[in-house]
Amino acid sequence: MQFGLTETQQVLKNSAREFFSAECPIGEVRRLMETGTAADAALWQKMAHQGWTGIIFGEEHGGLGLGLVEMAVALEEMGRALLPGPYLSTVLLAGGAIDAAGNRAQKQKYLSRISMGEAHATLAMLEADARWEPEAVRMQAFHTRSGFALNGRKMFVPDANVADFLVCAARRGADLGLFLVPRDAPGLAIAPLAAIDSTRKLYQVDFTEVPVAEEDFLAIGDSAHKALERALAVATVALTAEMVGGMQRVMEIAVEYAKARKQFGKPIGQFQAVQHLCADMLLLTESSRSAAYYAAWALQEQAPEAAVAVSIAKAYASDAYREVGNRGIQVQGGMGFTWENNVHLYYKRAKASELMFGDATYHRERIARMVIDEARRGRSSAA
Amino acid sequence: MDLNPTPQERQFREELRAWLEAHAPRDWEARQSAAESMEERFAYLRDWQRQVYEGGWAGLSWPKEFGGRGATLMEKAIFTEEMARIAAPPLPGILGLELVGPTIIAFGSEAQKQRYLAKILSGEEIWSQGFSEPNAGSDLAALRTEAKLEDGHFVVNGQKVWTSYGWASDWCELVVRTDATAEKHKGLTVLLVDMHSPGVEVRPLRQMTSESEFNELFFDNVRVPVENVVGRVNNGWNVALGTLMHERALLGAGLQITFKRQFARLVELAHSIERNGRPAAEDPVIRQKLAQSYAEIEIMRLNQMRAISRVMQTGMPGPEGSIQKIFWSELNQRFQQVAMELLGPYGQLTRGSEFAFDEGQWAYTYLRARGNTIEAGTSEIQRNIVGHFVLGLPKSY
Repeated sequence: MQFGLTETQQVLKNSAREFFSAECPIGEVRRLMETGTAADAALWQKMAHQGWTGIIFGEEHGGLGLGLVEMAVALEEMGRALLPGPYLSTVLLAGGAIDAAGNRAQKQKYLSRISMGEAHATLAMLEADARWEPEAVRMQAFHTRSGFALNGRKMFVPDANVADFLVCAARRGADLGLFLVPRDAPGLAIAPLAAIDSTRKLYQVDFTEVPVAEEDFLAIGDSAHKALERALAVATVALTAEMVGGMQRVMEIAVEYAKARKQFGKPIGQFQAVQHLCADMLLLTESSRSAAYYAAWALQEQAPEAAVAVSIAKAYASDAYREVGNRGIQVQGGMGFTWENNVHLYYKRAKASELMFGDATYHRERIARMVIDEARRGRSSAA
Repeated sequence: MDLNPTPQERQFREELRAWLEAHAPRDWEARQSAAESMEERFAYLRDWQRQVYEGGWAGLSWPKEFGGRGATLMEKAIFTEEMARIAAPPLPGILGLELVGPTIIAFGSEAQKQRYLAKILSGEEIWSQGFSEPNAGSDLAALRTEAKLEDGHFVVNGQKVWTSYGWASDWCELVVRTDATAEKHKGLTVLLVDMHSPGVEVRPLRQMTSESEFNELFFDNVRVPVENVVGRVNNGWNVALGTLMHERALLGAGLQITFKRQFARLVELAHSIERNGRPAAEDPVIRQKLAQSYAEIEIMRLNQMRAISRVMQTGMPGPEGSIQKIFWSELNQRFQQVAMELLGPYGQLTRGSEFAFDEGQWAYTYLRARGNTIEAGTSEIQRNIVGHFVLGLPKSY
C-alpha cells in the first residue's frame, strides 16, 4: 500500500504548478473575471497543447488516457491558481457525460473536439428546484419528425455562454435522457445569473421548442442515469481536488502574512491565537487532501466504497474550504476584507464550490443512506 | 499511489489473523465491566503479553537481533488494526515495547541491551515512564526532579505525575535534572530506575472516570547506579524525545478501528431507539450527525495511511502526521457527544444500572474522551507545534 504520489504523478504536479503560475497568475484571474465569460481562448489553447483538455479521455479521442488520481493532481493545481473559465464544465461535465454515454460517432464528433481544445461545452441539469439528484430532472423532450424538441428552463448552468454545445438532461416520458444541443440552436436563450464567484459564471438557459437531431440523442433510461451519475461523481472528485488546491493557497497567503505583519513589535504569527488559526487551516487542508485523493483512487479502481468516498470527500471539503477561507481572511484582519487582497476571490470560489454538486448536508445524507440504511438492509437480508 | 495491500502485507495480515483467531482471549470487553481487582486484571494482561511474545509478535518493529521481527511501519499498523478489530486486550508492557525498548536500542549500552530488552518483550518486567511533573507538563524541559552524583550512584529526589502503569511497573525510564546551572534542555539525563528501590513511592491518581490509569511517583533519596544512565549525562532531552517521532505516526492506527466498531454499534442502536415515534436512524438530524462522524473517522484512517506511507517513503513524518493527534482527539469528543444525543437520557447511565446500554460503556467513553485533548500533548501544544515546526511561524514561547 502506498498513499502518496508516484514519481510520474509528482512530475505531473510540478509541471502543472509551473504551467499555471506562468500562464494564469492572479492578475490574469482578475482580468478574466471582469469579462463576460471568464474564458480566454489563448490560455485554453495552451492548456489543450499540454493535454489538460483531454486528460482522462482515451487516446483514440485525442486524450491522454490518464487516470483519476492524475486528474486530481492537475485539478489541485488549477484550484491553487484559481483558474477561471469553463474547464470543469467542458472537460468533466460535458466531456464526462459524452465519454460515459456517447456512441462512437458522437465521441468522434464531440469528445475529440473537447480533447483537442476545439470546443467548450457544459451540462444543463439543474432546474428551478436546484436539486442534484438525476431523479429531480423534470424537463420534457418531445418526439418530432426529425428527432426531439426540448422545452423548459435549466438553472445554474456553468459557462453556458461560452459553450459550443450543451449536454442537456431531460425526460422522455418517465425516462431520463441526455441530449446534445448546440448553443446556437433555435429557441435557446441564455441569461447570466449574477452570483458571488465571477471566475466561474452561471447561467439560466431557457429552451423553447429547441430541436435536437436524432444523432445528437446520447442515451435514455438506465444508461443515461448511469452516465450522468458517473460524470457527476468524477466531476465531484475533480472539484474536491480543485478545492484542496484553493485551500492550500489560502493557507500559504495567510501564513506568509502572519510572518510579515508586525503588531506590538512582533510578527502576528508569533501569537498563539493566530498560530492556532493557521494550524486549523493545515488540518482542514490536509484532511481534505486525504479524502479527495482517496476518492479519486477508489473511483478509478471501482472500489465498492467509491460512492461513500466521493460523498465523504465532498462533504468534508465543502465545510473545510469555507472554514479555511474564514481563517485566511481573519488572520489578515482588515487587509483580508479588501478587494485588493486575493483571499476573497478564493472565499467566493469556496462558497460556489460548496454549493456545486451538493453541499455538506446533501452529501452527509448520501453517506447516511449508504452506511446507516445499508446496515439495516444488510442485517435483514442476513436474517 | 496504490492503496491495495502488497502481497507481503496481505500475507502478514492473514498470518496474524490466523494466530489471533487461535490465541486471543475473547472476553476482554466483557471483562472490563467485571468486578476484579487491578492486580487480577493485570495478571490476566501479563499472561496475554507472554502469549503474544511466545507467538513471536511482541516488539514487532524491533530489529531481529534484539528479539523483534524487523517489521515495517505498515505491518505494525496492520498489527494494531487487527488487535483492535477483535477487541484483543492491550499489552500491559506497551510503554516498554513502544518507547523504552526502542530508546535502549537507540541509545543504550551493550550491557543495558542484554539486561533489559528480552524481559520487556516477554512482559516479565513492566516499564513506566517518569516524564511529566506537577510543574512541568506541556513545558516538559522545566522538570525539577534532581539527581546528584554520590559515590557511583545518582541520588534522586522529586515527584512525577501522570505516570501510566506506575503502580504495576518494575522499572521506570526517568528524566531527571543533573545540571541545574545549564539551560533547561541541556541539564537533563535519562535514568533506568528500579521501582522496587527504597525511597520510591507510588500513589494512584483517581480520574473523573473513577479509574486510576495514572499515578504519582515520589522519589526520596533513591539511589540509582551510574551504569543505569541511558546515553550521555546531560543529553537526556535528545534521548527522551529521540524515539517519539516515528511512533507518533502510528497513534491513530488502532483507534480508527475502535471508533469504527463503536460506530457500527451506534448504527445498530439507532435502528432500535425511537425518536419522535420512529427509529432514530430515520431522524434527519441524527442522520446528519452520524454521517459526519463516519466521515471524520474515515478521514482519520486516510490521514493515518498517508502518514505511514510518508514515513516509509521518506523516513520523515509529514504534515499529515502532525495533525493526527488533534484530529482524533477532537473527533472522538464530537463522536461521543453524538452517541449521547442518540441515546438520550439512557446515555448517562453507568455500569451498575440495569437500564444502561452496553453496560454503561457510552457514559464511560464519553467521559474518557474528555481527556483525549489533554493527554499526549494538549490540543493547544499540538497547534503550537504545527504552527512552528510545520508552518514555520515564529515560536511563541
